[in-house]
Amino acid sequence: MSEPQTYASSEDVLKRAAEWRDSGRKVALATVVSTWGSSPRPVGSHLVVDDQGNMLGSVSGGCIEGAVVHEARGAMENGKPRLLDFGIADETAWEVGLACGGKVKVFVENLE
Amino acid sequence: MRRDILDSLLQAKREKRAAALVTELESGRQLLIAGDDSLGDLPSDPDIAREAALLIAENRSGVSEDGELFFEVFNPPLRLIVVGAVHIAQSLVPMAVLGGYETVVVDPRRAWATDVRFPNVTLIDAWPDEGLRELGLDHRTAVVTLTHDPKLDDPALLEAIRSPAFYIGALGSTRTHAKRLDRLAAEGATESELARIHGPAGLAIGARSPAEIAISILAQMTGMLHHAPRLVKTPEAAA
Repeated sequence: MSEPQTYASSEDVLKRAAEWRDSGRKVALATVVSTWGSSPRPVGSHLVVDDQGNMLGSVSGGCIEGAVVHEARGAMENGKPRLLDFGIADETAWEVGLACGGKVKVFVENLE
Repeated sequence: MRRDILDSLLQAKREKRAAALVTELESGRQLLIAGDDSLGDLPSDPDIAREAALLIAENRSGVSEDGELFFEVFNPPLRLIVVGAVHIAQSLVPMAVLGGYETVVVDPRRAWATDVRFPNVTLIDAWPDEGLRELGLDHRTAVVTLTHDPKLDDPALLEAIRSPAFYIGALGSTRTHAKRLDRLAAEGATESELARIHGPAGLAIGARSPAEIAISILAQMTGMLHHAPRLVKTPEAAA
């Protein structure tokens, strides 16, 4: 109830992660660990990704999901976690930053 | 994340227990802390346990000062238990639901606690102290008594003041509340236990209608939830 219905709850995302893993897929979990400025999703927001390109949840308003999914595939492949840092370094850094001008750190890990 | 950690975390959520997941960001090693239980490949230490307990109490997730550990807090949902399926409850309940509270109404009088008066809300027709014990009051629970009937309100309050509930409110005038405190003291309630009861319940905003009274109670409850002491009516201000 505390979040708009357009977002899956953290419980739904974690449950889905377990279900996908149970069905034999590779699964990675991304979590927002810190934010600065006007980042769209709060600390603790989750995105779960599987090896077939399915995902549930969000770690931003959509601007960094592509890069996070790419790193999630890497985490699934080698099992190594990674900490991603997104923010506007300069005016031209659109493709790696948040259009809203915020900064966000995202932890990406493989689900064993 | 190890699969056993995810399963234990989901289990804690199902059982509505608070938990903290601590992640060492460099290595990915993790520790799940839920009550006295812990699980994971990150060694526990008293500093981590203390920080986890603090963040659970504040319902806040975040990275440690040195930037090495991420604490993610999973708290059970906010809950409001209303004792007395009375007129004011019909305003208080839907407003609390909007505010994100799982809301339960306890009233042993079946004629009052009907599904017609309270659609889509859990109704329990147990005696209030039994009902509260069964529901299990935790640090994310608020209890508000509305019946004005000592037979119903008092047992509920005696149960609530000995629980970790974050807010306890009792409807009734200052005079009614003074008599109530005398009765509860005679039942063995200590001064510090009695001081936890907000009576008359709600911020002093001159509320008259049931909806306004509900607003004043929810505002006071919100203040207690977020530790905003200056917003919360002190016993001196109530007198």
